[in-house]
Amino acid sequence: MTDSKYFTTTKKGEIFELKAELNSDKKEKKKEAVKKVIASMTVGKDVSALFPDVVNCMQTDNLELKKLVYLYLMNYAKSQPDMAIMAVNTFVKDCEDLNPLIRALAVRTMGCIRVDKITEYLCEPLRKCLKDEDPYVRKTAAVCVAKLHDINAQLVEDQGFLDTLKDLISDSNPMVVANAVAALSEIAESHPNSNLLDLNPQTINKLLTALNECTEWGQIFILDCLANYSPRDDRESQSICERVTPRLSHANSAVVLSAVKVLMKFMEMLPKDLDYYGTLLKKLAPPLVTLLSAEPELQYVALRNINLIVQRRPEILKHEMKVFFVKYNDPIYVKLEKLDIMIRLASQANIAQVLAELKEYATEVDVDFVRKAVRAIGRCAIKVEQSAERCVSTLLDLIQTKVNYVVQEAIVVIKDIFRKYPNKYESVIATLCEHLESLDEPEARAAMIWIVGEYAERIDNADELLESFLEGFHDESTQVQLQLLTAIVKLFLKKPTETQELVQQVLSLATQDSDNPDLRDRGYIYWRLLSTDPVAAKEVVLAEKPLISEETDLIEPTLLEELICHIGTLASVYHKPPSAFVEGSRGVQHKRLTSSAGSGESVESPDTGSAAVSEAPPAVIPSQGDLLGDLLNLDLTPPTSTGPPPAAAPGMQLGAMDLLGGGLDSLMGDESEPLGGDIGGSPAMGAGFGAPPAAMPASFNAPISGGLDDLFDLGGGGMTMGTYIPPKTVWLPAMKAKGLEISGTFVRRSGVIQMEMTLNNKAMSVMSDFAIQFNRNSFGLAPAGPLQILTPISPNQSIEAALPLSTVGPVMKMEPLNNLQVAVKNNIDVFYFSCQYPISMLFLEDGKMERQVFLATWKDIPNENESQFQIKDCHLNSDAASNKLQGSNIFTIAKRTVEGQDMLYQSMKLTNGIWVLAELRVQAGNPNYTISLKCRAPEVSQCVFQNYETVLKN
Amino acid sequence: MIGGLFIYNHKGEVLISRVYRDDIGRNAVDAFRVNVIHARQQVRSPVTNIARTSFFHVKRSNIWLAAVTKQNVNAAMVFEFLYKMCDVMTAYFGKISEENIKNNFVLIYELLDEILDFGYPQNSETGALKTFITQQGIKGQHQTKEEQSQITSQVTGQIGWRREGIKYRRNELFLDVLESVNLLMSPQGQVLSAHVSGRVVMKSYLSGMPECKFGMNDKIVIDKQGKGGTTEDTGKSDLGGGSSGKQSIAIDDCTFHQCVRLSKFDSERSISFIPPDGEYELMRYRTTKDIILPFRVIPLVREVGRTKLEVKVVIKSNFKPSLLAQKIEVRIPTPLNTSGVQVICMKGKAKYKASENAIVWKIKRMAGMKESQISAEIELLPTNDKKKWARPPISMNFEVPFAPSGLKVRYLKVFESKLNYSDHDVIKWVRYIGRSGIYETRC
Repeated sequence: MTDSKYFTTTKKGEIFELKAELNSDKKEKKKEAVKKVIASMTVGKDVSALFPDVVNCMQTDNLELKKLVYLYLMNYAKSQPDMAIMAVNTFVKDCEDLNPLIRALAVRTMGCIRVDKITEYLCEPLRKCLKDEDPYVRKTAAVCVAKLHDINAQLVEDQGFLDTLKDLISDSNPMVVANAVAALSEIAESHPNSNLLDLNPQTINKLLTALNECTEWGQIFILDCLANYSPRDDRESQSICERVTPRLSHANSAVVLSAVKVLMKFMEMLPKDLDYYGTLLKKLAPPLVTLLSAEPELQYVALRNINLIVQRRPEILKHEMKVFFVKYNDPIYVKLEKLDIMIRLASQANIAQVLAELKEYATEVDVDFVRKAVRAIGRCAIKVEQSAERCVSTLLDLIQTKVNYVVQEAIVVIKDIFRKYPNKYESVIATLCEHLESLDEPEARAAMIWIVGEYAERIDNADELLESFLEGFHDESTQVQLQLLTAIVKLFLKKPTETQELVQQVLSLATQDSDNPDLRDRGYIYWRLLSTDPVAAKEVVLAEKPLISEETDLIEPTLLEELICHIGTLASVYHKPPSAFVEGSRGVQHKRLTSSAGSGESVESPDTGSAAVSEAPPAVIPSQGDLLGDLLNLDLTPPTSTGPPPAAAPGMQLGAMDLLGGGLDSLMGDESEPLGGDIGGSPAMGAGFGAPPAAMPASFNAPISGGLDDLFDLGGGGMTMGTYIPPKTVWLPAMKAKGLEISGTFVRRSGVIQMEMTLNNKAMSVMSDFAIQFNRNSFGLAPAGPLQILTPISPNQSIEAALPLSTVGPVMKMEPLNNLQVAVKNNIDVFYFSCQYPISMLFLEDGKMERQVFLATWKDIPNENESQFQIKDCHLNSDAASNKLQGSNIFTIAKRTVEGQDMLYQSMKLTNGIWVLAELRVQAGNPNYTISLKCRAPEVSQCVFQNYETVLKN
Repeated sequence: MIGGLFIYNHKGEVLISRVYRDDIGRNAVDAFRVNVIHARQQVRSPVTNIARTSFFHVKRSNIWLAAVTKQNVNAAMVFEFLYKMCDVMTAYFGKISEENIKNNFVLIYELLDEILDFGYPQNSETGALKTFITQQGIKGQHQTKEEQSQITSQVTGQIGWRREGIKYRRNELFLDVLESVNLLMSPQGQVLSAHVSGRVVMKSYLSGMPECKFGMNDKIVIDKQGKGGTTEDTGKSDLGGGSSGKQSIAIDDCTFHQCVRLSKFDSERSISFIPPDGEYELMRYRTTKDIILPFRVIPLVREVGRTKLEVKVVIKSNFKPSLLAQKIEVRIPTPLNTSGVQVICMKGKAKYKASENAIVWKIKRMAGMKESQISAEIELLPTNDKKKWARPPISMNFEVPFAPSGLKVRYLKVFESKLNYSDHDVIKWVRYIGRSGIYETRC
């Protein structure tokens, strides 16, 4: 029997004929007619006129016919609400049918008819069906509650269906449980604050049991629901993880991805030093790789998700580079995604392979793919320093192919490489210049002009080259115009004699003949600078630029966390939060990862990249307007620059957030302490801040919340005897602060960090209205309260002040790490100084590691993170040293004596959760100690070592 | 959840349209046609967002299946569902074509009603579906009450993939180990990447509710047993004819049909299950270590001036001489501006196929440890095109009667406590087939 004939009836008077057939006495004819109606409906014809006739066919014991009529009803009931009532009786009757299939069919269809009058009649049958003896009917009824809620939420609540639905979570049939979970999850989404899905350990246990027994789809519903639960402690989250991991072997990729989501989320709760944590990490890699052998559409979904996963936990897939190599026959969307992941996973260990592949891809056919491959080579160069040279030579090879878009793309990335490694690869400029004419894309032209301007002194015919661009100045895009203006000014500053005419030409083009305000403004600034103070102009325009970092396209950390909670869903495919593409309230709640307090989130891996720089977004390669940034730096001198800085140029942003502003300048002159960075476009700045080691920012972000908890947790720990308190030193000499002298020190007492200061008024007038503020610093130290100086200080009076500190302030890496920049205000002026705190202030009282954990962690931290120092002239025996160090919260975990040498194994924990492990070797009679430090954030080692030295020697 | 499901023919005409949610309007049908099917550019993503509505699509021959939603749905689930939907349709009426879909549209609506409720996928195992949705009309009215409740308990039950009361006079099962071996080799013969993705497909004709246990030479299991002191004779159950004497293999990862008890696999690494009736895929696996690469391709391409290429390709078979590989095909890509090709080969037939831009060399059979060679002269038209020829890799197809991963079936035990047949009464067949997946050598 073929049904295709129903699609072909297009003659006139068709509706009339159908009407007659529908009212025929013969069952077969009736059925045929209804089929024709459905076929017409499918192709978009309006057959609503037949409503009464079709509904008349409903009263039948032929199930196939019934289903067809129901299908029609679902489509047209809304347009004919009055007539739809005619169907109600049949529905109600069917809900009582002996055959469970018919009962379910009736309740399922009724829920799809969105007519208020009908929904009223639906309640009673639905109530019965929810308690039906047959699980097939119950599972259908469960979904029907969600349907009804969509039509009339109030009705569902009033009728108490939500409670019945909750009861179904304890149903004996796993499929009923799964559907109830799905329905409840959906209803809960539109009531963000309700406690509908009251997930507690008992219900979780029920869900986990049903998980083993229900269909693949049911498993997805349950896993997606589980992901919303927050376990009470790490033990609970471990036990859930253990019961979810078997799902990773399911043939259905969606089950696997949902399981990955649950694991990724609950993993945050697990202490990183737990053995199970490592096991879990290892278990995640194979199933993710297996997803790549699924059908291409699923591969695409998987790759978009893997992209998120490698940003959050790069260690999972770091050895799996090869599986992301592009296959010749992959669909283009799979190829592009694989390329992205390859760059994320590129490291020194695999860079050779990656480059060989990328070079291969650069010869493919698809233009987008080729461009991305070329760009990827540049990104590798910036990411893996050791490979830079190879990358550059690969790019040069590609330029030799003379394929237009390849050349242009290569030039754009070479510009970035120059930015990252100045004065290293200039020898290639000659080759680049050969291709000047073939560049027709603005980005490539701008890049080339930038290169010519930046290295004008080494290019003999730089003026000719730039002049050639100037001819068509007005036809260029803004990007190119701006770049050309800057480049010519640079050229002029470098070779003033021959290029005066050229610079005048470009300045007049930019200021007089252009109606682009950006271009005009920049032109005027240059003009005035050049005419008033050429030396200053030189300092501004030729200032050293801050270095760029590779992590330009990382997803912002809070968004990343939210997306991790949405693994497998559309949000993870779009890399956007659901609120960006879902209308209304549904699914718009923001989800966050919950990490365990103080578990040392940051410790997990130094190469999470600067992914977690929360306050300071990673440096963006400034494609245009970098000079604008440089210029603005100069204007930062007034300390009132509090406006939000544009994130484009790192140098500028740094300046703006520095509350100390230009005040530091005065300090620089004779203060011996090196300050983290200079402000205001001086050359030192780039070096100081441009390239923070990738690990540091990561370490400072997450645990901030933990810091405060720790403070309270440890309050009861009792005071440790013999804490070493460094003597007060003068931080701010009186002559620099109009008579105010501040000396001070740092103390840690019962887990509270205090800054103890003596303020000495050496001026002739009374000082009052004191306030204090800190600049951002490495460990987020900030005043926990205002500076309590209640009485004014009269001349020659000194006063003691203690300022409690918290570690929840904004974080920025300082150089040296323990540097703190402080601003003190009084009725006279604002003063700035910087001081260094002993890092032991940040050692927590619970810094004693379990022996087993210590061993495992020691092994786990790679050897390159180990640093060794000598402590000379120390005359303590090992026990005395151990006691002394304990006073500063450096705990000895074990002691071993080998051949007369005492080995002390020690641990300490910083307020931001970083653990530092130490091995101190003391030889009797030898005043020189050897200390080895291991830490996941090796930057702190130097500080810790200094601290050892001061504590042991005092 | 899924808001609607549409099926289109290649022209973009709707064949099936089922809307589950109110937020999906009739215009969604047209939006997809205009923006995806009739789009000027090739589709860049299987997920498309048009006016805050997301479309997921898959294509089967020239038929488009699209799922539509306005919510943040589980994307992986939607695609899995679309594939499943294709499987179900294929199981019911064969190939997915415009004609078949039009011929079965009532059936498809009925299936859609059953397997997708309010956008939530429901039980979609064809075994279960076929008990109450049939092409001859629904059995519904003539069933006894017992039969009806049996259907519903199967559809919702823990063993949704098998019905009770199956009886065979002869209990028999067939196991096929089907592997596809993938290779990417550099011109110098260095393995850039290689992996085997394998499937164990089972056809079971067993009575009752048999409990099965499947064993293979999984390294983890064998090592465990070795330590435990039990020495099992693996040689005896060696049913395959692989060319390596490897005792066990390291499996990178495997996934199982939903009948397999995953928690048991996770804890004991044992594979136990009650199989569906008939044919199904028991497991999939992937290995990357110690793969037997059945063929080695040695390419030599020489550019003689701008208008001529000389290509020489040698293939070597690398397995036991007693075994025969079949359906060997080597595909040597040629540049787009090829004007003529002369081929000489020692064995098989070789032809230049202009429409495919390749020389296709076919050999029917080839024994192990042999080698064969082809040489070709390719004449090129002079072009102005600056862009160099990309030199796509040389690809190969073949079929060999062993498992390139080295996997061996050690046992498949059947227990059925209620019926009176034992493991020994079951007739078991095992077959190994290794095929080429993407088997490429760059040149």
